[in-house]
Amino acid sequence: MRAAFERRRHLLDFAVASLLRRPAKNVGLIVVYALVVFLLASVMLFGTAVRREAAAVLDAAPEIAAQAMTMGRHDMSTAADVAALKGLRGVRRVEPRLWGYLWDSAGAANYTLKVPTAAEAGLTVGKGESIVGEGVARARKVSPGKMLFLVSPAGKFLRTKVKAVLPSTTALVSTDLVLVEEGDFRAFFELPPDVWTDVALTVTNPREVTTIAEKASVKLPGHRFVTRADMIRTTEALFSWREGLALALLGGALVAFAILAFDKASGLSAEERREIGILKAIGWETSDVILMKLWEGLLISLAAFLLGFAAAYAHVFLWSASLFEPVLKGWSTLYPRFPLTPEIDALELATLAVLTVVPYVAAIQVPIWRTATADPDVVMR
Amino acid sequence: MIELTGVTKVYDQDKPTRVDAVRGVDLTIDDGRVTVLAGPSGSGKTTLLTVIGCLARPTTGRVTIDGDLVSGLPERFLTEVRRKTFGFVFQRFNLIRGMSALDNVMLPAYPTGIAHAALRDRALALLDHFGLADRSRAVVETLSGGESQRVAIARALINDPAVVIADEPTASLDGARVEQFLTIAADLKAQGKTVLITSHDPRITRAALVDRLVAMADGRIVEATP
Repeated sequence: MRAAFERRRHLLDFAVASLLRRPAKNVGLIVVYALVVFLLASVMLFGTAVRREAAAVLDAAPEIAAQAMTMGRHDMSTAADVAALKGLRGVRRVEPRLWGYLWDSAGAANYTLKVPTAAEAGLTVGKGESIVGEGVARARKVSPGKMLFLVSPAGKFLRTKVKAVLPSTTALVSTDLVLVEEGDFRAFFELPPDVWTDVALTVTNPREVTTIAEKASVKLPGHRFVTRADMIRTTEALFSWREGLALALLGGALVAFAILAFDKASGLSAEERREIGILKAIGWETSDVILMKLWEGLLISLAAFLLGFAAAYAHVFLWSASLFEPVLKGWSTLYPRFPLTPEIDALELATLAVLTVVPYVAAIQVPIWRTATADPDVVMR
Repeated sequence: MIELTGVTKVYDQDKPTRVDAVRGVDLTIDDGRVTVLAGPSGSGKTTLLTVIGCLARPTTGRVTIDGDLVSGLPERFLTEVRRKTFGFVFQRFNLIRGMSALDNVMLPAYPTGIAHAALRDRALALLDHFGLADRSRAVVETLSGGESQRVAIARALINDPAVVIADEPTASLDGARVEQFLTIAADLKAQGKTVLITSHDPRITRAALVDRLVAMADGRIVEATP
C-alpha cells in the first residue's frame, strides 16, 4: 500500500519536474486551455446568475397582467374592462397601469415610460418629477436634482426634475425606466383619462392564478392574461436560448482545442520520445509512463481550469461580463449595469469540468499510449 | 548465470529493409565475471546486449537467467526482470536533460515505490562513492564527460542489480577517464557483480580485469575465450 503510494508520488514528482523543464510549450498550452475554460465558464456563470437575478426581480411582478388585444396587437384597456375585472371572484386587487415606449434620439436609446402604481409606494412621483433607471441616467448624464427633457413622437415636450435614480440591483428590468406622474404621462402621450396600457391583478389565493386567468379570459375575451409564471418562463427561455447560442458557438472553440491538445500530445518532440525510451530501458513499465503522462495532463488541466474559472468569475461578478454584453444581455444601447450575486453551483462546476477536462484528457490518451508502448531498446540503437 | 541458446534477432522481418542483426548465438555468461563483447560497428554486439538485458526479445532462441526462461515473458514481467537484475550504462549515457544528477540517479527506483528519503540517501551515497557528492544538485548538461559517466554508473547501481551492462562506455572518453572506468568496473567485480561490456576499444578489450572476451562479426560469435 505504502509502496504504491510512494510510486505514485514519485511519478507525480517527475511529472511536475517534466512540466517545469518545458516551460514555453506548457505555458502556451495552459494559456490556450484557460482561455477556452474562461469563455465557457463566463457564459455558464453569467447565464445562471442572470436567470436567478431575473427570477428574483420578477417576484415583485403582478400575478396576472391583463392586456387588451385588437387584431392580435396590444391595445389600451378601458374603464369598463377594469370594472369587469374588479367583479371577478378571487381577485384581491385590480390596478390599471400606464406605461409606454419612447425612442429618445438624444440618448439614442429606447426608454420605458411608466406611471408608478399604488403598490409601488416607494416610487411616488409628483407632477414635473421623474425617477429614472440607471441606464437612462447614464445615457442622459442626469442625477437627482437635474432636469430631464423628453420629446414625444408627436412633438410634445416633457420637462421633469429627476427625483431619484433606481438602484442598480434592479437594473436588469429597470435600466431603461422613466417613472413619471399620471397627468404628465397622459399629456405627453396625448391619452384620454379613461384608458390604460394594461391591468395588474393580485389574487387572494396564489394557487388559483391559472383558474382566475381562465375565468377572466372568458369574461374579457378580447384580452390576454399573462401570469407571473409565464413571465419567468419567458425570461428563463430567453436567457437560456442566448446562453445556448453562445455555448454552441464556443463548442467550435472546444473542438478546436481538443484537436490542438491531440496535436500537442502526438507531436512529442524527439527529446521527449528519447526520454520515454530511457525511462523504459531503466525499468519503468508502460503503465508508469502512461501514469506519469496522465499526471502531466491532469496538472495542465487543473491549472488551466482553475485559471480560466477564476478569470471567468472575476469577469462575470466583478466586471459584469463586459465581453458578452451584446450576446447575453440583449439591450441595444442601454446595457444594464448591475452587480450579479456571486454564487457557484457545484453541478455547474462539475459540468464545466467535464466539458473541458474530459475532452483534453481523452484527446491525449492515444498519442500517450502510442509513445509509451515504444520498445525500450530504441535508446540502444 | 545467463544462458543464450540459438538466439537470433531480426529487424523488419517481412520488409525489404530486413536486417539479421544476431544470427544463432549460443553463449553462457558466468556470474561475477567481466565479459566483453567485442567487434566492429554492425557486428551485432549491441543488439545482443539488448537481448541479454531484456530490452528486447529474441526473434528465435531462448534466454535464461539463473535457469528461468525470460525470453518469452510478457513485456510487464520482462520490465520487472530488467529493473531487478540489470543496471545499464548507455553509450551516450542517456541522462535526462534538465534534471539534476541526483534526480537522474533516483529515476530507476521510482517504480519500486521505495520511500523518498531512503531513495535519496541511497542515491547520495552512490554519488559520494563516485566522488560526485558536491555535484549532486548540478543539472546534467553542466557535467563533464567523466562526471556524466559516473552519474550514469550510479544510476545503473541504484536498484543494486546483479548484472551491470555497459554499451561502449569509453567511446568518447580520454585515457584518464578510461582508467577511471576500469577502476569502477574492477570495484563492481570485487562486489560480486557480473559486468557485461560491449566495446571495440583496445583499452577495454585488452584490460587485465576482463575475464572473457567474445568477438563478434556479422551477427555471429567468431571467437570466445573460455
